[in-house]
Amino acid sequence: MPESAQLLAPFSLADDKGIDVSFDGGQQTLLCFVKEDCPTCRTVIPVLKALFDAGVNILVIGQTVLGNNKLIEAFDLPFPILNDEKLKVSFAYDIETVPTLIHADKNGKQVELQEGFVKSDWQALTKSLVDAGTDIELDWDSLPDWRPGCGSLSVDPIIADKLRAEAENSPLRARKIEIAPADDEFEFMFDQGFSDGLPIVPPTPERVIRMLSGTTRDPQEVIATVAPNLAEATVEKIAINAVMAGCKPEYLPVVIASVQAACTDEFNIHGVMATTMGASPVMVVNGPIREKIGMNMKLSALGQGNRANATIGRALRLVIRNIGGAVPGGTERPTLGNPMKFTMCFAEWEERSPWEPLHVERGFAADENVVTLFCMTSGPTLVVDQTSLEASQLASSMAMSLESTHHPKSYMSSDTLLVVCPEHVDTIMRTTGYTKQRLKDEILEATRRPTKDLVQDHKSGVGIPKEKFASMPEEFQNGQLTKFASAKDIHVVIAGSDAGKFSGAFHGWVTGPGGSIVVSQKIED
Amino acid sequence: MTTILDPTNEKAPVERQLAARHGEITGRLAILDIAKPRGNILLDKFEVLLAERLPNVTINRYRKPTFTKPAPDALRAEIKAENDFLIEGLAD
Repeated sequence: MPESAQLLAPFSLADDKGIDVSFDGGQQTLLCFVKEDCPTCRTVIPVLKALFDAGVNILVIGQTVLGNNKLIEAFDLPFPILNDEKLKVSFAYDIETVPTLIHADKNGKQVELQEGFVKSDWQALTKSLVDAGTDIELDWDSLPDWRPGCGSLSVDPIIADKLRAEAENSPLRARKIEIAPADDEFEFMFDQGFSDGLPIVPPTPERVIRMLSGTTRDPQEVIATVAPNLAEATVEKIAINAVMAGCKPEYLPVVIASVQAACTDEFNIHGVMATTMGASPVMVVNGPIREKIGMNMKLSALGQGNRANATIGRALRLVIRNIGGAVPGGTERPTLGNPMKFTMCFAEWEERSPWEPLHVERGFAADENVVTLFCMTSGPTLVVDQTSLEASQLASSMAMSLESTHHPKSYMSSDTLLVVCPEHVDTIMRTTGYTKQRLKDEILEATRRPTKDLVQDHKSGVGIPKEKFASMPEEFQNGQLTKFASAKDIHVVIAGSDAGKFSGAFHGWVTGPGGSIVVSQKIED
Repeated sequence: MTTILDPTNEKAPVERQLAARHGEITGRLAILDIAKPRGNILLDKFEVLLAERLPNVTINRYRKPTFTKPAPDALRAEIKAENDFLIEGLAD
């Protein structure tokens, strides 16, 4: 509410006959905001009428044209009701309740403000406005002692966001696009190339305002520079794409953090999008926010059906497409592509894990919210193992499956994100004290193969070129190699339902500075 | 009218782009009658004049069921498959 003695903003509204009426100070005035379907507003109308008859300058502002006309007719009003159907004045005056009565002095400053109807307060105000010692012609006894007001239309959640978007101090700066009435807005957005191929939610100003309520950041804060166009992703632009993806406002901080992570030199989103291998980010969310925003980490964690999982991953992809300009056929050149390019985001079931969760392993506090981006090219490839009975057996079984990453004879170039399912966790933990690191080490060790077995031959052109092998020292030729350069290239998280011995592995792209390195980013409000 | 906010980096203008113009009509040319009354009379004459000026162009005629509605998908597909150019009489 405006503070006492505050200078009230001038305004001009048309009355019920279409005549403009202005409030700009200059004389003592009572402003009263009403809406017709509010019983308390109807209660105070006779008081306003009596005040008007007593010569008090009154401006009644009504919130719907239809309602205003009904009030005029029902009460045979001698004064007009100003039409604030666009609610601009109600919004500018921060009206939350109707009736709201504001007493403005002759300098246009607020002297008093009352919400709802408290008879004693209205009586006192009335006495201060009319000549001393007299009272207005009104049967005060017929009025109730107290009535609460109703909610102003300007704070109706659906309307309020639109009003905020259109207000003079609106935080929105993005170019506005008017879609002609004859155009289907969904078809228009497809035609403009805004979509990943599925329908998108129209990013109207009010939806974007609502989305921005999900973060405390300044809408114009630049979060990242997005390749390939090296365009600045502001919070507002990210919010627009999050709306299109179908996100709720509370998902926005996760989307913002994922954009930060994707646009690092380490993650290399440009290379990830451009490679003919059809790579794409996989997002793993850790921390309390998983529960807060309702992410899925259990049954079908990597599948469809959960809004947060589906739309957060999609929002990142739309940001890269629309802000960065990575479009298939442009700088995005996948031979086959893969469906994870639409969206791939899930949460780790930390509570089901016997080990520290991914973000803690990567240096964050357990209560911090973190998103981790892994670059995948295939998967989740299932490790269908329903019969291994203890940890080491299962680790080597998983390793055999992981040897297919890229190609069984392709070694030392990629990494993997292994999503271990709960039943496999139970199998592993039959060995007391078995650690995550031991799982990684045993997987790595089980992939160890004689180097000479990895040389190109008549069965496979993939492998170490014969000439290169021949030029290598004898120690190398007689040595062994592991699938991954180190155990650090095996990333392990827990997710999935309690039923089923099917872990899944995302196969990486090229890991290291020449490809993509896993990046974790703290999620800030 | 719906207003949306531009999700892109705003480096390109937002507009409906016209199809590329070839500068010369060759191959197959469709004339679409939108079924406005007497529109066919104008188009018949138009076809004669075009045939004189473009003797090597094959002219195909099509007609919408009604001018009040967009052309049915099947008709649009047929026109697209059978022609390289299209002339449509839009209104009176």
